[in-house]
Amino acid sequence: MIAVEMTVNGQPAAANVEARTLLVDFLRDHLKLTGTHRGCDTSQCGACVVHLDGRSIKACTLLAVQASGSKVLTIEGVAPGTTLHPLQEALREHHGLQCGFCTPWVVMSALDLLQRRPDPTEQQIRDWLEGNLCRCTGYSGITRAIATAAATGTTRSDNS
Amino acid sequence: MYDFDYLRASSVTEAVAAVGGTDNGRFLAGGMTLVPALKQRLASPSLLVDLRDIEHLRGLTIDGTSLDVGAMTTHAAVEESVEVGRAVPVLAALAATIGDPQVRNRGTIGGSIANNDPAADYPAAALGLGATIITDRRGITSDTFFAGMFDTALQPNELIIAVNFPIPHRAGYAKFRQPASRYALVAVLVACTSAGVRVAVTGASPCVFRHIAMEEALEENFSPRALNNIDIDAAELISDMHGSSAYRAHLVRVLAQRAVAAAR
Ligand SMILES: Cc1cc2nc3c(=O)[nH]c(=O)nc-3n(C[C@H](O)[C@H](O)[C@H](O)COP(=O)(O)OP(=O)(O)OC[C@H]3O[C@@H](n4cnc5c(N)ncnc54)[C@H](O)[C@@H]3O)c2cc1C
Ligand code: FES
Repeated sequence: MIAVEMTVNGQPAAANVEARTLLVDFLRDHLKLTGTHRGCDTSQCGACVVHLDGRSIKACTLLAVQASGSKVLTIEGVAPGTTLHPLQEALREHHGLQCGFCTPWVVMSALDLLQRRPDPTEQQIRDWLEGNLCRCTGYSGITRAIATAAATGTTRSDNS
Repeated sequence: MYDFDYLRASSVTEAVAAVGGTDNGRFLAGGMTLVPALKQRLASPSLLVDLRDIEHLRGLTIDGTSLDVGAMTTHAAVEESVEVGRAVPVLAALAATIGDPQVRNRGTIGGSIANNDPAADYPAAALGLGATIITDRRGITSDTFFAGMFDTALQPNELIIAVNFPIPHRAGYAKFRQPASRYALVAVLVACTSAGVRVAVTGASPCVFRHIAMEEALEENFSPRALNNIDIDAAELISDMHGSSAYRAHLVRVLAQRAVAAAR
């Protein structure tokens, strides 16, 4: 067992885990933050995307111990309380979700894009979504929602 | 995944000694290749030595004639670097084609070069631009570094510190992506360097290689047309469910021509 400690959504989190524990399992099983999903478990689908020190990463392909000492932001930390983040609001508005399984990655991945490119073109948005799968709504609504959130210009997340 | 011991090294010396003190310890960089291999039990090291806190392995340094990329520099950092975009634009463009944004945020040049996947992008950059791989004990020219499929000239506990790229006069990269994996089905890097034209091909055979006949033709005439009649031997190339060797041979020529056209 090995000690890991990190800041998750602004709160300190510490535990003793096996070195082989993945970050996605640490978040879900130890911290009960189940908004981060495990989809493919092979770095393909993006269901597990969270921010590590401000950049989006796949939590199924990172050991929890690799994140020790870092800041992690999960979907639960994006809009604490009952008011949706403007990007979440835009996803609702533009029918960017149907079953909702992939929505956490859409939000976490798009926030990373908008931090780096506050005003992306449609092509840049579509390119960015590569490696992140949605199998029911499709990408048109998601793309429109991200473009709308970019236009409102209030997309920075606090904890990253 | 079998369990293992984990050490976060704070210096190059500590990392090299720690891996050297085990039978099958491994360095851990971005983990984008190693963690999937652990999950599939394709690797079962007793110890992982995480390089993340070794400051010396990060960063980009440019002088008049060459660009040094620290081993732990992420693909995203290369893609986004204004300096790299100016000095060696082909490298920034190549980094931007790797995997997806989350892979680029974690994966590193050192991990990619050490792994030498037959379909990886950076081996084409290192070989095509005539880079030198700087390790904790020596400099290795790219012409001797890439030894075979997933095989390199590295000794078991030899640590890549940086990759040194001579700045080319101009260079271009053309990649035909395997759409599911996003690795190269075939990709070609063409460079005009002070040591002459170099052409490196990845994805087509078990290990990245230089195509000497194309180099000679481009030396005479640096234009896509110069490659019209070059013979690409399909017998040496990979055949798999994604493409036959004849198809790959065709791609090698077309992509080399596109890389010449894109060179700047
Ligand atoms: C979904 C997905 C898509 C991908 N698509 C592409 C693609 O299109 N093109 C492409 O080229 N790659 C692709 N990759 C691979 C990616 O580029 C990896 O980042 C890279 O191959 C390995 O880098 P890493 O830092 O993650 O290394 P790790 O996985 O940490 O390590 C890989 C190997 O290198 C060794 N190593 C690491 N650093 C050093 C060092 N400094 N010195 C000596 N040995 C070292 C490790 O011990 C290990 O054996 C993809 C990966 C994934 C998961
Ligand atoms: S669960 Fe991590 S990418 Fe699919």
